[in-house]
Amino acid sequence: MKSMYLAFLAIAVVAVVAYFGLGYAGFSAQDAGSSPSVRLN
Amino acid sequence: MIPRPFFLMILAMLALFCAPVGVLAQDAPAIDRSATGGASTLDDILARQTKQKLDDSYRSTDIGDPILAAPETDPLGSLGGISQSEDWRALRYNKADITVSARSPAADVLMQDGGMAWLAFRAGPLSTYGGWALIGTLGLLVLFYLIRGRIRTDGPLTGRKVLRFPSIERFAHWLLGGSFILLGLTGLFQLFGRHFIIPLVGHDAFAPLAIGGKWVHNNVAWAFMIGLIMVTVLWVSHNIPNKHDLKWLAVGGGLFSKGVHPPAKKFNAGQKIIFWAVIILGLSISVSGVSLLFPFELPMFAATFDVLNSIGLPQVLGFGVLPTDLAPHEDMQLAQTWHSIIAFVFIVIILAHIYLGSVGMQGAFDAMGSGEVDEQWAKEHHGLWLEEVKAKASNAKQVGPAE
Repeated sequence: MKSMYLAFLAIAVVAVVAYFGLGYAGFSAQDAGSSPSVRLN
Repeated sequence: MIPRPFFLMILAMLALFCAPVGVLAQDAPAIDRSATGGASTLDDILARQTKQKLDDSYRSTDIGDPILAAPETDPLGSLGGISQSEDWRALRYNKADITVSARSPAADVLMQDGGMAWLAFRAGPLSTYGGWALIGTLGLLVLFYLIRGRIRTDGPLTGRKVLRFPSIERFAHWLLGGSFILLGLTGLFQLFGRHFIIPLVGHDAFAPLAIGGKWVHNNVAWAFMIGLIMVTVLWVSHNIPNKHDLKWLAVGGGLFSKGVHPPAKKFNAGQKIIFWAVIILGLSISVSGVSLLFPFELPMFAATFDVLNSIGLPQVLGFGVLPTDLAPHEDMQLAQTWHSIIAFVFIVIILAHIYLGSVGMQGAFDAMGSGEVDEQWAKEHHGLWLEEVKAKASNAKQVGPAE
């Protein structure tokens, strides 16, 4: 059963790493669709 | 031979799936608009009210023609010969030449007509048929259990254990399986939460649950994809079809009758079907999921439709030429629709897999729990594999440890 619990732990780790990692790398939909300034041309 | 009760089960299943067939939208008859100069008539309004399929190209294409523009000296000259109604229709059908300050990929789509069709499909047939498919499968499994009971080994257990899956294989299985269960539950939560959870807990409590569910769904998806790759690499060589699979399938794997144990290697034909279904559906759901994770960045349907059109498949199947000029939102809506359809098929298959791997068959869970199974269990369900394992062990003994 150790492998099963280890896999469940890995799911949580991968999810957290994916969330912070992708956010840090700029792969967030919010970042991609917004910016601090608005172009008014 | 498959016993009569199982034929009745299959008939019951068919009846269950056919029951919710609704009335499909009918095409509205051709409407004469000469009296209104081409504008909407009362018949158009009545057709819309009765949800008939209406060809509204008389409106979507009526957005002004520069050639017909009135000169500036005319009363409508200030609008360049285009009336306000034509301007509104151009906005309505996303044909207006506009500039927006936002720079996101889909910001210049002011109105997206396909949204309503997508919403109607999501709230209608997708939820209805998908929901019935899950309920029908669960009902079928309960019925199977009531008729067949738990599948037990025919011979007495020996107490001698054989290692069926080493820890890396069990880890990969549970990485995939655990993430799949989380994705399935949170996906269903997103689709059905509005109907079933809000009435129970209220809007205020549902909001954080929905946000949390979406977070889990978006981020656990990566664990699912890693698990899918691991499982593919570890097991693909064991899942190549062979002649034993035909024998296994011919007797229904022995699932329907006692004392029938068709030969099987590490994976029997049923498990191979599950394996390839998981790989194909898993790949498809991953690709559409990644497209949804990065909205508008990785559209896939326009390109897919283009490829399908070029090989002529949709035309052969009677769908005609599929549209390739899709608005960004349309591509996302198609990705979401496809993602959900695949998910329902996937869940139905995995429900059967979970049943047989737990309550449905004695000793099956041990293979993925401790990794070891009883020799008698292995002999009855994977006889050829047990022979291979024993032969390897015997060879290893004869060779002896290296000195």
